[in-house]
Amino acid sequence: MADTDRNPEIWENLPAEHRAALESRLEPGEKLFAAFVTDLDQRLRYRAETVVLTNRRVLGIPSQNSPRESMPIDSWEYPLAQAFRIGEHGGLGMLELLGGEGRLGIWRFTGNRTHDANRLVSRFRMLDPRGAGHVETVLSVCPRCGGVLSPEGECAGCATALQPPASKSLIRLMRFARHRAGSILAGFILLMASIGAGLVPPYLVGPLTEEVLLPLKEGQSIPAGLPATYLSLLLVTALLAWLLGWARNFVLGKVSEQISADLRNESYSHLQKLSLEFFGGQRTGDLISRISSDTDRICQFLSTDALEFFADAVMIALTAVILFSINAWLAAVTLVPLLPVAWLVQKVRARVRHGYARGMTAWSDMVSVLADTIPGIRVVKAFAQEQREIERFRRSNTHVLDLNNRVNRWWAFFRATVPFFTECGVLIVYGMGIWLVLHQELKVGVIFQFLLYIGMFYVRFESMSRITAAAQRAAASAHRIFDILDRVPSVPEPVRPIQPGTVRGEIELRDVRFRYGKREVIHGINLKVQPGEMVGLVGPSGAGKSTLVNLVCRFYDVGEGAILVDGVDIRSFPVEAYRRNIGIVLQEPFLFFGTIAENIAYGRPEASHAEIVAAARAAFAHDFILRLPDGYDSLVGERGQALSGGERQRISIARALLTDPRILILDEATSSVDTETEREIQAALNTLVQGRTTLAIAHRLSTLRKANRLVVIESGKIVETGTHEELFHRDGTYARLVHAQMEMSQQIGIG
Amino acid sequence: MQPLSPEQIRVERDSWGKLMCRLPDGQSVAITAQHLFPISDPAHWVSLRGPQGKELACLESLQFLDPASRALVEQELASLEFFPVIERVRSVSSLSEPCEWTVVTDRGETRFVLKSEDDVRRLGPHQAVIVDAHGIRYLVPDARKLDARSRQYVEWYL
Ligand SMILES: Nc1ncnc2c1ncn2[C@@H]1O[C@H](COP(=O)(O)OP(=O)(O)OP(=O)(O)O)[C@@H](O)[C@H]1O
Ligand SMILES: [Mg+2]
Repeated sequence: MADTDRNPEIWENLPAEHRAALESRLEPGEKLFAAFVTDLDQRLRYRAETVVLTNRRVLGIPSQNSPRESMPIDSWEYPLAQAFRIGEHGGLGMLELLGGEGRLGIWRFTGNRTHDANRLVSRFRMLDPRGAGHVETVLSVCPRCGGVLSPEGECAGCATALQPPASKSLIRLMRFARHRAGSILAGFILLMASIGAGLVPPYLVGPLTEEVLLPLKEGQSIPAGLPATYLSLLLVTALLAWLLGWARNFVLGKVSEQISADLRNESYSHLQKLSLEFFGGQRTGDLISRISSDTDRICQFLSTDALEFFADAVMIALTAVILFSINAWLAAVTLVPLLPVAWLVQKVRARVRHGYARGMTAWSDMVSVLADTIPGIRVVKAFAQEQREIERFRRSNTHVLDLNNRVNRWWAFFRATVPFFTECGVLIVYGMGIWLVLHQELKVGVIFQFLLYIGMFYVRFESMSRITAAAQRAAASAHRIFDILDRVPSVPEPVRPIQPGTVRGEIELRDVRFRYGKREVIHGINLKVQPGEMVGLVGPSGAGKSTLVNLVCRFYDVGEGAILVDGVDIRSFPVEAYRRNIGIVLQEPFLFFGTIAENIAYGRPEASHAEIVAAARAAFAHDFILRLPDGYDSLVGERGQALSGGERQRISIARALLTDPRILILDEATSSVDTETEREIQAALNTLVQGRTTLAIAHRLSTLRKANRLVVIESGKIVETGTHEELFHRDGTYARLVHAQMEMSQQIGIG
Repeated sequence: MQPLSPEQIRVERDSWGKLMCRLPDGQSVAITAQHLFPISDPAHWVSLRGPQGKELACLESLQFLDPASRALVEQELASLEFFPVIERVRSVSSLSEPCEWTVVTDRGETRFVLKSEDDVRRLGPHQAVIVDAHGIRYLVPDARKLDARSRQYVEWYL
């Protein structure tokens, strides 16, 4: 055993009892090459098992039931152990060791160990290049957030490394303040000046009492102008404080509005850059509420509370200085009640923030119910489920109410407690004051001065602690916004982009694979499309046709393999410049709120009316558009509710036509029109596809008669390619589909 | 193809660890087993699927399978399903997310990272599913039945 080479890095990471078991089994000269410790056993309990690679064999150390039990170690020599395979299902990983005759061993682990498992496999590959054939790489797209995974299976967006906590989010807002540094500085100076002006009047109370009020009371005479002087001084400072306060509120209010507008803009534009995968996992209502309500909360906080908080803090510091300079001892005693308050603030803060965060989540849920049911109102009504939806809304509303009530419980207690302590402070001042005056150690005027300042101090202190809640609320909101901003787009912009300009339109798919989360839906597709060629994609529903064209459009990035246009990987083009070359008619045509003309010109807003009309004509939309009361200026409601499915489709065809793209993608472009219209659109498409590379998906196979080539896709693989004639006579999937359709139309013909 | 009746189903495991089903015509195909309602009704409704995901049989209950086949199917289902039930929460690293939970489940003790509070999904007033950073789900069947400390941690999110 002494001469085995123990790589300490591997050795140290093994559980102690596995190390002992292994020690007794290693042969002289046997070298440890890699090890993988699972966190689950065969029966999926949390127990470690170990797989060890040495230069001779693979060893498997099972989990131990009791420490004394002798461990039967499995051992597979190399020619026997041929390959590892990794799989994952529902966050649960599986590592299999394969031999020539069958599976030798299997190990299970959770996502925590995926990285380690992948490393073991890649070490094994280095060890035995011939065995590499069976190794399957794992996920390429993160199943949770849709981010890209590194080769080791780690996701940048989901990295389990702890992120900055919510309380830091407010500080992160500073980034947005930087652009507005000038205004903030101006506001800050005004703020300080107005605070200074506010501190003068109480100071004048001291001399006013001592030099005017008390002498008058005692019947002494005072200089004639003195009361007027003090009063006019008071008036002037009041006026000054008023003017400064006005300017300050205006400047700072404006800045905070600007900052929150910046925040909204930035989060929205970031949102637009995120790929479809992100949106697949999000609820619309939640996103809307983040961008609207959460930024609004932050704005409110910045414009009123943060300012006030800051003013309070400065004021408190200044008042404290003044108090101490008047009478240090008295000041020290009166500040004692602040200690429990400070402690309380600390205690309550986290709870209040958490409460508000939960409240915002519940709020988002409620907005999601709205965002769900209002667009889906037809379905609700069609199935007479109004009452149920009302109930659903009521439930989520009650949840909001409950959560806010819970915050309120804490809050009510806190708000009542702070004044109690400050009252205690005032009491102390009176008590101490009486005692000190009695012993001739303090003048009455000073007591008044003191009481005014301390009153101010406590008021400020109270408002500062009140702001705690607002700050926590804003922190929770800021956290939700940074949650979006921190997300890395999974269709990343290239670092050194190649400008595509206007492409020729040659498309090549090279061994393309793609997964939605864990499910691979495209299993290695190779296809080359010549410039100007029209390729029809056919195949059963769910085969992956739409997914494939989505990949060509770069809505998603391929998991493995590559898509090349004009021989260049599309990932090296800037996304926008590349998409400008593509015209798409989607399976579910979507119209934005606006006029028909605007919708047609969506991809090219500068298009002239003549061009818009020409495009509409070519898409056979012109006639029905003119039947609408306002023609091209008719408003189509949200999602084009006012139009029929076929009409919407024709508008989206016109939209694609107008951009004059080199590559045209038609996903079921004619699925919801009648046969007559289809024939018309067909004619339009025929002229449209001239000279453009076209990928067309259609279930109605007749639509694809003009295609140069048909590609039949089944379960994410290409099963046949060829012209209609060739495939028809081949008696494969295509022929089956054609026969099925002919049968259908015959039945209709008879019936 | 006609769906198979339970008596026709003969399940075996081959040397690659794959579940195989012998069809009436003597052919043997690889199958997968899947619960139809893994959360709401895991005791019933199992679908057996052959090559290309074609359903061979959909069984409301496994009890009509022959015992050997039934054991294999149950084993396969168990090996696919991982839904630890939280019995106790030992500690939570911080009050704000992301935080690390140390819990005792019915499958032993483990730790996981809760990334955001959205990952605690309420199923009912006292029932929740916690999804960790890797997408593994943990069930809290009834928060009221936990001990006081654990309950505090869980109710923080309910
Ligand atoms: N956003 C998504 N997330 C997860 N899975 C998806 C997503 N979109 C599609 N899928 C799945 O991928 C598979 C392929 O879908 P795709 O839309 O490409 O099919 P298709 O061939 O276009 O079908 P159809 O002819 O019905 O339009 C389907 O099984 C579908 O369930
Ligand atoms: Mg489709």
